[in-house]
Amino acid sequence: MSEKQSFGFETRAIHAGARPDPVTGSRNVPIHQTTSYVFEDSEQAAALFNLATFGFIYSRITNPTVAALEERVASLEEGRAAVAAASGHAAQFLAFFTLLEPGDEFIASRNLYGGSITQFTHSFPRIGWKGALVDPGNPENFRRALTPKTKAIFVESLANPGGVVVDLEAVAAVAHDSGVPLIVDNTLASPYLCQPLEWGADLVVHSTTKFLSGHGTSMGGVLVESGRFDWAKSGKFPSLTGPEPAYHGLNFYETFGDFGFTMKARAVALRDFGPAMAPMNAFMTITGIETLHLRMDRHVQNALEVARFLEAHPRVAWVSYAGLESSPWHSLAKRYLPRGAGSVFTFGVKGGYEAGRKLVEACELFSHLANVGDTRSLVIHPASTTHRQLTDEQRVAAGAGPDVVRLSVGLETAADLIRDLDQALEAAAR
Amino acid sequence: MQDDLQYPDADLRRIFRDSRTVAMVGASPKWVRPSHFVFRYLQQKGYRVIPVNPQNVGEKILGETVYGSLADVPVKVDVVDIFRNSEAAGPITDEAIAIGAKVVWMQLTVRNDAAATRAKAAGLEVVMNRCLKIEYGRLFGELGWCGVNTGVISSKRLRMNR
Repeated sequence: MSEKQSFGFETRAIHAGARPDPVTGSRNVPIHQTTSYVFEDSEQAAALFNLATFGFIYSRITNPTVAALEERVASLEEGRAAVAAASGHAAQFLAFFTLLEPGDEFIASRNLYGGSITQFTHSFPRIGWKGALVDPGNPENFRRALTPKTKAIFVESLANPGGVVVDLEAVAAVAHDSGVPLIVDNTLASPYLCQPLEWGADLVVHSTTKFLSGHGTSMGGVLVESGRFDWAKSGKFPSLTGPEPAYHGLNFYETFGDFGFTMKARAVALRDFGPAMAPMNAFMTITGIETLHLRMDRHVQNALEVARFLEAHPRVAWVSYAGLESSPWHSLAKRYLPRGAGSVFTFGVKGGYEAGRKLVEACELFSHLANVGDTRSLVIHPASTTHRQLTDEQRVAAGAGPDVVRLSVGLETAADLIRDLDQALEAAAR
Repeated sequence: MQDDLQYPDADLRRIFRDSRTVAMVGASPKWVRPSHFVFRYLQQKGYRVIPVNPQNVGEKILGETVYGSLADVPVKVDVVDIFRNSEAAGPITDEAIAIGAKVVWMQLTVRNDAAATRAKAAGLEVVMNRCLKIEYGRLFGELGWCGVNTGVISSKRLRMNR
């Protein structure tokens, strides 16, 4: 970027990456439902395959509809570039595959979405990547876990499900002291509530399935690069700063500069493993993002009303919502999430595992399902579902103990949501 | 690009619009080198690109004869594009001034503030630490195709050419 972005968040949420189509004038982003693109001639085809020119070859690597989404999210995160993927998990895979070699290590917060903990502790080790999980409450815990093989630090800005807010600036400093990037999963906050790159993060990942898409219609993920990390300085990332054997010896950092990481993630990891986002899902997500700012404000408002109701309820043992003054993360939330602490949080129901299970089943308006960030309000009992694959100890550490109920507060009338939870709490006690 | 250099989009658009001939100092005949990417991209966009590289004098790069120095280039040059290190960019900038070029463009990681001051004093425009191909693609709609944040927002139909 030559100039600091001069358009506001709301304008960029609606316009970034999406100018009217040059040929038809189509105002909305067309759904380019095509697998492939006709070459001008063999020379242009060769140039495209060599990455020597811009253009489209095959929708596993680039697609115009997906590209519009990528630029939009990159803009909202104030990043340099982005690459989309079939899901948030796929986006995480692209990030790690571009950074790590077999035998390399990374450090992650232990307060993560259960699926990420499983990905990190079971599947990644089979590729030769070893992850250490640490309590993010004290940023120095990350420093203590560093080894010469550490290539990245990974945290969630607003953790799922525990409502934990990470001190991003402090953890970024630990990462940079050791010459490695900080990756932040910003899914639960969305770029409207939290801007991790502004606090020193180098890469941001999202499950766009959640608040960005916003309506529970479309799977997707995205990986955003800040453009500020110096990949050459530490000598820890030879596959970015030296000749890449999977690309005729191309040097991605030298050739593409501050979006070299994204180009490599796309041209090698996405090309070779294939978790591409579908154009239709990109279109749905683009449409969702256009109202992100309005939705997030209302999500936060509803969540706060519901959380205050629960905190005062006699059958509720505790509420962990960083938007409440009672939360140990409230002061960090005020700093990193000044517009509100999102709408996904947990509470403990008196009566433990059984009461939690019963409450979820008794809800009539909250939907019992495994997703967050929908217009609809959602409820789940993580110990028996999303975090089931973890050990008892890991579950408690991740904020998914036996009595924990997770809510994703939607955009319905707040009083209706409160009434539903009230009757479900009564039912759970019977 | 994250640095303290500011080049308004309107100025860059004017450079692309008003220029026809680019002399590329440090152009490599190896297709996998960044200079080669920029060379062929600019050719495809309708610019004449003339390679300058003392190690390959008399050879051809993408149909164009390689010259040993800017002074040897037999045609009028609008833009001198520098694919050399920041120190080497100093004397190259002085040559660019001497041959009457209008713009000195230094590629990614290349920056020489003293040379820039001399060029500006001689009436040349200077762009440093930017890539000609990336900036062309950014301003004329192609860079966003690979997910890069171009910073360009407009309700007008995209014009793909300068």
